[in-house]
Amino acid sequence: MAEMSSAATLTREPLTIAPPPVELEREPLVANGHGVGWLSDTIAGVAEGTPPRWWTICFVISATMMTVCFCCILYLMSTGVGVWGLGHPVMWGYAIVNFVWWIGIGHAGTLISAILFLLRQKWRTSINRAAEAMTIFAVMCAGIFPLIHIGRIWLGWWLFPIPNSNSIWPQFRSPLMWDVFAVSTYFTVSVLFWYMGLIPDLAVMRDRAKTKIRKFGYGLFALGWRGSNRHWSNYEKAYLILAGLSTPLVLSVHSIVSLDFSVSQLPGWHTTIFPPYFVAGAVYSGFGMVLTLLVPLRRMLHLEDIITVRHVELMCKVTLLTGSIVGYAYAMEFFIAWYSGNPYEKYQFLCTRAADPFIIGPLLGVKAAPYWWAYWTMVLCNVVVPQLFWFKWWRTNMLAVFVLSILVNIGMWFERFVIVVLSLHREFIPSNWGYYSPTWVDICQYLGTFGLFFTFFLLFLRYIPLIAIAEVKGVTPQADPHHPLGGAKIGGGHH
Amino acid sequence: MNGRPYAIMAEFDTAAGILHAAEKVHAEGFGNWDVFTPFPVHGMDRAMGLKNSKVGWFSFIGGVTGYTTGMLMIWYMNAVNYPIVIGGKPMFSPFSAFPPSYELTILFGSFGALLGMLFLNRLPRLHHPLLKNKRFALATHDRYYIVIETNDPKYSESATRKLLESLGSKHIEFVEE
Repeated sequence: MAEMSSAATLTREPLTIAPPPVELEREPLVANGHGVGWLSDTIAGVAEGTPPRWWTICFVISATMMTVCFCCILYLMSTGVGVWGLGHPVMWGYAIVNFVWWIGIGHAGTLISAILFLLRQKWRTSINRAAEAMTIFAVMCAGIFPLIHIGRIWLGWWLFPIPNSNSIWPQFRSPLMWDVFAVSTYFTVSVLFWYMGLIPDLAVMRDRAKTKIRKFGYGLFALGWRGSNRHWSNYEKAYLILAGLSTPLVLSVHSIVSLDFSVSQLPGWHTTIFPPYFVAGAVYSGFGMVLTLLVPLRRMLHLEDIITVRHVELMCKVTLLTGSIVGYAYAMEFFIAWYSGNPYEKYQFLCTRAADPFIIGPLLGVKAAPYWWAYWTMVLCNVVVPQLFWFKWWRTNMLAVFVLSILVNIGMWFERFVIVVLSLHREFIPSNWGYYSPTWVDICQYLGTFGLFFTFFLLFLRYIPLIAIAEVKGVTPQADPHHPLGGAKIGGGHH
Repeated sequence: MNGRPYAIMAEFDTAAGILHAAEKVHAEGFGNWDVFTPFPVHGMDRAMGLKNSKVGWFSFIGGVTGYTTGMLMIWYMNAVNYPIVIGGKPMFSPFSAFPPSYELTILFGSFGALLGMLFLNRLPRLHHPLLKNKRFALATHDRYYIVIETNDPKYSESATRKLLESLGSKHIEFVEE
């Protein structure tokens, strides 16, 4: 293509390149050689026609759970934070656990859309749209918790630099304030990135629409996209820039969330390893959630040729990598607790967390703390479970992947529980020790956010193409002008 | 068809076909023409002779604005307008002001990229002669189009049509204004 004009004038033997050896050949990203038209029909078809029965059932359940979530918020607002199980010394309970958990889940979407894009991982195209949608809805669920845990929710706008009648400003020397900026920027940029990726696909929906309402709705949000190459040129540049901006963003968000903890003096929180450790954990849990969502969906929506087993395997490998980083971080926390020589650190890690009533506790000669089981659930799910992904059988068996992905999510929830609650419930002096247990409002509130998440996710499946149509088309051989399937003549004097 | 049509539109079936055709149309020296594809075809920018996109400048200006806004805002709020001593920390430090400013850099830079892209593409534009054309709806499905506007100085009804036919287009039609 590059030296086209000179190549055209030369007459030479057609260049023959030996095909790569069989073992080096990669499975295609779209199975069975489907063409670009098939991709439009299949992906857009999910959001057309009448919804399947399982969709309706799931939607009713999710919407009910979402209502429970809002009722809990209403109860909390009208009565006060006393309806939660918080109390001295555990002043951060479920709300912060859930906040960190949900926002961590969000990280996979941006990682897939931004970092894997910069790394030219073409397989991301089959999963990025759904993962980005998951990010946005997860951040919405996350955002609820810090907002409602401030107690007087109607004063939540004090967090933003808006002039108020006290003429006082937010206090920018606190990581909690940085968090407000990190999370709100993360949400906004995720929505922008998602929407920009959607523009060409909304145009696909517009051009396929049969009814006037759909034509108008999709047409409005497609902004008049026509697929012009002059537009694509600017579009691809903007996409690259957004990917470049989202990469430092995704790394900064969970780093800043971790600073909420690590800037304080509390043993178990005051740790320099927190920023990278939180980011790795976030990506780990995010990929867990992507697998939980997409493994059943690819089957129910008959998308096995687009989200292939190879895609699932690759996601499992990312889970394995990040899970191993998390495991390393856990080990490093113990090392530093010992190496620092700080008795409070040692107590927090050895006695509060690791000492169980059966093996390690008796070995150390200490009585197990009340939450030892939370720590070991976390280790089992986050350190042991992902190691199964070393084996191909576990990566390619869809039921196994689904079950393990749920264990990953459970493990990461317990990680946040361990960090928040275990550190707080036994700190410097024993007179300051306590026990935390959630109330029914805590639990319903948490389950309710699943309702919120799935309500939005199901609506997304219904109305928006769940796979980036234009991007998947772009990675097929039919889209490559130098591939025989893309119309290139074999041995033609093009190069 | 009343009066002069908006453009002549030629349909192609393959990515290679449209790429070669675009190279030829560019070589003929047309100015008001464009290629329409369901996905960005690699090498098309070069085939059409397009220059590097200017979106980067919009994003850069957005990012600089974001960082400056963050730093100035925090300095003004915590050190000038209402200084309060907290834990003996300095009223303003570029280090504690960095994380929010960093986030604002990314926020404004992202808006710059998206809005810059829309501005350069003159979008949103919900009415366009091509969007009224029934056949053109396939441009988002699996067909590739070259559209040469009739106001192009090199345009001639018969010669341009012949050119497009010679490039291998199997379907050529005029697009109404």
